[in-house]
Amino acid sequence: MARPSVWLARVRRVDVWLPKVVVAPSFAASLFFVYGFIAWTVYISFTGSRMMPNYDLAGLAQYERLWNTPRWFVALENLFIFGVLFMVICLVIGIVLAILLDQRIRAEGVLRTIYLYPMALSFIVTGTAWKWILNPTLGLEKLMHDIGFTSFEFAWLVDRDMAIYTVVIAGVWQSSGYVMALFLAGLRSIDDEIIKAAAIEGAGPWRTYVGIVLPMLRPVFLSAFIVLAHLAIKSFDLVVALTAGGPGIATDLPATFMYSYAFQRSELGLAAASAVMMLITIMAIIVPYLYSELRSERK
Amino acid sequence: MQRLNVGTALGVGFGLVALSGAGPAQSAGTVEVLHWWTSGGEARAVGELKASFEEQGGTWIDSPIAGGGGDAAMTALRARVVAGNPPTAVQLKGPGIHEWAAEGVLADVDDVAMRDGWNDVLPPALAEIMQYEGRYVAAPVNIHRVDWIWANPDLLEEVGAEMPTSWEEFNATAESLMEAGITPLAHGGQPWQDATIFEVVVLGLGGADFYRQALVDLDMDALQSDTMIAVFDQMRIMRGFVDPGFSGRDWNLATSMVMNGEAAFQIMGDWAKGEFLAAGQVPGEDFLCAPAPGQAFILNTDSFAFFEVSGDDRIEGQQVLAGLIMSPEFQRSFNLAKGSIPARVDVSLEEFDMCAQQSQADLTAAIEADTLVPSMAHEMAVPRSVRGEFLDVVTEHFNSDMSSEEAVEQLVSAIERSL
Repeated sequence: MARPSVWLARVRRVDVWLPKVVVAPSFAASLFFVYGFIAWTVYISFTGSRMMPNYDLAGLAQYERLWNTPRWFVALENLFIFGVLFMVICLVIGIVLAILLDQRIRAEGVLRTIYLYPMALSFIVTGTAWKWILNPTLGLEKLMHDIGFTSFEFAWLVDRDMAIYTVVIAGVWQSSGYVMALFLAGLRSIDDEIIKAAAIEGAGPWRTYVGIVLPMLRPVFLSAFIVLAHLAIKSFDLVVALTAGGPGIATDLPATFMYSYAFQRSELGLAAASAVMMLITIMAIIVPYLYSELRSERK
Repeated sequence: MQRLNVGTALGVGFGLVALSGAGPAQSAGTVEVLHWWTSGGEARAVGELKASFEEQGGTWIDSPIAGGGGDAAMTALRARVVAGNPPTAVQLKGPGIHEWAAEGVLADVDDVAMRDGWNDVLPPALAEIMQYEGRYVAAPVNIHRVDWIWANPDLLEEVGAEMPTSWEEFNATAESLMEAGITPLAHGGQPWQDATIFEVVVLGLGGADFYRQALVDLDMDALQSDTMIAVFDQMRIMRGFVDPGFSGRDWNLATSMVMNGEAAFQIMGDWAKGEFLAAGQVPGEDFLCAPAPGQAFILNTDSFAFFEVSGDDRIEGQQVLAGLIMSPEFQRSFNLAKGSIPARVDVSLEEFDMCAQQSQADLTAAIEADTLVPSMAHEMAVPRSVRGEFLDVVTEHFNSDMSSEEAVEQLVSAIERSL
């Protein structure tokens, strides 16, 4: 009887170390390629690096230069406008679409696919397509002129005060379907009994959704918010394809700012400083979220 | 056995080259050339270089990295240099050559330069850019002129105008074109294109000396001067001459607007000529070229910088390549393909078109009058970081209603910050 128990103990030991072995390579890889490079970027941001990485510390000089650069403020202001509008509009459109689709309508599968489809395109494709649609001499405005509405004007793409809103339009078009899918899944997971009970109590559909269903979808809100927030902060390809940061520098975002300083201007240190600022912004959103998640799990 | 053969061949090749200068040797070593000439005409031009190098028996490793402007190529180069494995020669320009040289990673080809007498055939302003601490570290392949105005002759005829010779004339012609319902200026609203117009205007209104003080020496008095305010005033006027869809347009699309009669003028370097010629148009008949006002010459050039490589084979290849790039035959065939003019001033331009011939005549005149200036917008005058600050301010001004005084103020603080 001794042999099987030894064998069992060995299996049990495998049970202990095997998962660790399996996970170790990816853990090591992400430790090096993600956290290692984050640490490297933070270090570079404290050096005077220009064209090539230079490892002599220069204190906060790069941060001082960064916060003295008007273009950085343009990027931050744009991030604020784009981030807030993108998140709010995506959430509103996503929720409305989800609620409408939730009415057990016919051809729901087809509609759901249509709404979700933009998500299948990359931001580069979205940006390029909208660049053509919004170009006043090529797209929408020309179309309206051609069919007779000659007074129609829509030149936001080339207007430096409005260009950032065209980025919002393209971003919302891309991502609101995804938010809809999230919420639709959330709505479907709510017990029918609750809705029936609400109906019996005499609550109309409006009251049912606003008062009962949506509060129950709090976790969905949170995930949608996190996904949208990080999409907004790291937004790069959409702007590059749609406006290339222009007209002028009117649609610069922190990510395009960072790219331009690191790779076009040989200002590695300054670019690293701006990357660190972006990291801090994302952490300011993610850390409280993780904290609340972990705490609720412990409960 | 094979190894021995290669070794012998190399030895013989080295001996032959050393003896006969650049005769048809058995082997001319190995070079790896990193460049971003990937579009049609550019690729053909670099093919010329490859063919002549292989004719000498060398091995050519091509490392093209796509992406206009070379941002991707520069990123790749940085990684290669950090890893200690730089390419033999890299397409680099202007102060970029000096920046890399200051990192101590460039090799000098001074022996070849002395042997072939580069000093005697290069314009002094250009020779200076190719040298670091008095030794040649790069070789130029061509000279592009930036201050050109291209025009559609039919549209000018419609309003009875000639090619403008001053900015007042330009403005007046543009006004009458506007009245006739023609877009006067084809322009692409990318920062470097805005900066191209800007430097042409700086030259036109300030002259070569002012240009040098403001855009090369970054002299604060010049940058704050009334002339600079006048430059921004002119930029504001030019903004009124472009069509509404200009934002983000590529330069070659702007060129085709002139070609198709949608706009009358374009201010762009002579790479625009390549587009006209590629469309089968004839200079002087289908399109006009004229130097922009200013009586000077804004120089832009492409060049190859040589990196420190190890191994006799590679060093040998580097020396041969340097000699080849500067050989008159290569300079002629390359520039016929690229649309520019040879960097050597002693190459005959008989086969070239009239715009190229005028370019060379003006170049010679500019060297004599000391009015040859390096281009700021095309990375010939100042480091990339400073150029970036210029681009930001110029493009912000061009795309907004910023006053000229404010633009000058921003420019001064931006330049101070970048130094």
